[in-house]
Amino acid sequence: MTTTADSSTLAATLNSIIAEHQGLEGPLLPILHATQKALGYIPSEAVPVIAQQLQLTKAEVHGVISFYHFFRSHPAGNNTIQICRAESCQSMGSRELEANIKQRLKTDYHQTTADGEITLEPVYCLGNCACSPAIRVNDDIHGRVTMDKFEHILDELLTVAVELK
Amino acid sequence: MSTNTATVYIPRDTTALSLGADKVAAQLQNQQPNINIVRNGSRGLFWLEPMIEVATPKGRVAYGPVQPEDVESLLASDFLQGGSSHPLYLGLTEQIPYLAQQQRVTFARVGVTDPVSLNDYRAHGGLVGLEKALALQAQAIVDEVKTSGLRGRGGAAFPTGIKWQTVLDAPSDKKYIVCNADEGDSGTFADRMLMEGDPYCLIEGMIIAGLAVGADQGYIYLREEYPVAHAILNEAIACAEQANILGDNILGSGKRFNLQVRLGAGAYICGEETSLLESLEGKRGMVRAKPPLPAIVGLFGQPTIVNNVISLASVPDILAKGGEHYQEFGTGRSRGTLPFQLAGNIKQGGLVELAFGASLKTLLQDFGGGTRSGKPMRAVQIGGPLGAYLPEELWDTPLDYEAFMAIGAGVGHGGIVAFDDSVNLSQQARFSMEFCTIESCGKCTPCRIGSTRGVEVIDRITNDEQRSGSLEEREKQIELLEELCDTMVHGSLCAMGGMTPIPVTSALKHFPQDFLPNAAGNKAAQGADHA
Repeated sequence: MTTTADSSTLAATLNSIIAEHQGLEGPLLPILHATQKALGYIPSEAVPVIAQQLQLTKAEVHGVISFYHFFRSHPAGNNTIQICRAESCQSMGSRELEANIKQRLKTDYHQTTADGEITLEPVYCLGNCACSPAIRVNDDIHGRVTMDKFEHILDELLTVAVELK
Repeated sequence: MSTNTATVYIPRDTTALSLGADKVAAQLQNQQPNINIVRNGSRGLFWLEPMIEVATPKGRVAYGPVQPEDVESLLASDFLQGGSSHPLYLGLTEQIPYLAQQQRVTFARVGVTDPVSLNDYRAHGGLVGLEKALALQAQAIVDEVKTSGLRGRGGAAFPTGIKWQTVLDAPSDKKYIVCNADEGDSGTFADRMLMEGDPYCLIEGMIIAGLAVGADQGYIYLREEYPVAHAILNEAIACAEQANILGDNILGSGKRFNLQVRLGAGAYICGEETSLLESLEGKRGMVRAKPPLPAIVGLFGQPTIVNNVISLASVPDILAKGGEHYQEFGTGRSRGTLPFQLAGNIKQGGLVELAFGASLKTLLQDFGGGTRSGKPMRAVQIGGPLGAYLPEELWDTPLDYEAFMAIGAGVGHGGIVAFDDSVNLSQQARFSMEFCTIESCGKCTPCRIGSTRGVEVIDRITNDEQRSGSLEEREKQIELLEELCDTMVHGSLCAMGGMTPIPVTSALKHFPQDFLPNAAGNKAAQGADHA
């Protein structure tokens, strides 16, 4: 997902994404979502292209990207793990869980592990509050997470990643 | 062989998936290829998930919580005939007390049907409300919603019929229906469960809203954190378009309504309706000053209904059975039912739909069964991160909007988060302020700066005495916190800054001992170094 796009492929990708969404009302967020999905992040070179085609200023596009926690301006790891920090998960020990996971991965929030495998992010509620604490690994949500369960999840995740190569 | 063609229901709801439902389904299909597996929504008995059901002539029989390694022993038992010999046998689903004691109105189909099957939807009473609405004048639809007494289920409890009337009366060629599916409050999952378990109900409610006010375009603003709901909604919308339920000729009536899902991007503030509209327009989610109301100047400047998922999903039943029928549920000015969500440190977490008026204690004990940890329950937070922390003395309060307002709390979206006696309420209060610093849109000062100052003041109160000085100095800091909260309540543009003080002041009022420097969990008690 974390392709470092050279400028011609970037332009081609962006043009097709913009063409696909330009007819929508309020197309900017759908375009940013599609860009991040295709490239893993929203490179700074994309900002002027999107701005020009939507007749916005670069500042407006940059302002939107920087407002939303989900959009990233730099490549992430191969996988993203989000730990829920909200109250329901707190009541089931998420403060300890997050400390342990950070220690286990030797990384903090908004950072990526040294091997480039995992980017760690906080999240405020995954809607799985009856089975707290919850984490999200890419698009999979896990409930009642313990460190044992986390090791298991990690194991599965990294094994699959190796097989794909 | 009859056993091979048995129908087994395995939920595709997020919570069921988060506990391994997909693996259970794969295992079962693998071992019995001829089995008919239906991926339904969840019944909301989340502590029993993955809960799977077998169709029998007597009704559906439930087993749970099922793990992939249980599949073999289930198949070796009389499971496919709905027999009782396996230890995970739970009996007839409808007779499980947790479910049997509920009043499922809005959630009647959730967990029962295949969420994307239109045949299932019709067979269980779907589209009756829409068919009625198509035969009515716009005003008559709005009148029916007014009669029902429905109030906004997102938390603010504004009368839905009055909002609709305002949009109906606003002259414009273009109007919008926007569903607020940015369910960001911790402890709430009713919107998610409904969208994943009965998406057509929301779609039908939005079409009816469109007919009621003359809008032909709808948007569901869904939070990015709900990937399962996103996939199911898109599947359902595609099917509804194919079947002429959405599109240019709704059920052959010649009337038009189109619907799209739009994803948020991880901003809590976008659950605030004006911020949501800004976001839908492709801007930063900055709160707008009100007035003008979104009902008059809403999305792209046009009259717009912004309603929560559950509000809109309540509408099909109101049209099908009449507003009178719906308003027979409930108490005082809180009419109808509310899906309460039992979350956090609770033994039997899940969704409990009840008419307004039940006591909190009933929910926590009779349904919830106490804490999951087995320790005494000490506090509950109701209505999300902007809701009050309540001690046991207040758990007898009946769950209706007015009774909760009277004790300085709110029912909100019906989310209830339980904490056991290991909780430190000063830490929870600090988190409320911290959350506000992270999620404030930054437009108004009391919210943007007040929350940062709030964290600092709470730290000064709870840190050791060397830091906060004399007892007198501590009292001054508490006074300062109260004044700060007062400023935020009265000076903020929206509920984010205006309600963040509610958890803070309720914690301070009901659990003052937790704010003492020597309370367990505070820095002084841990011997932390403040240098």
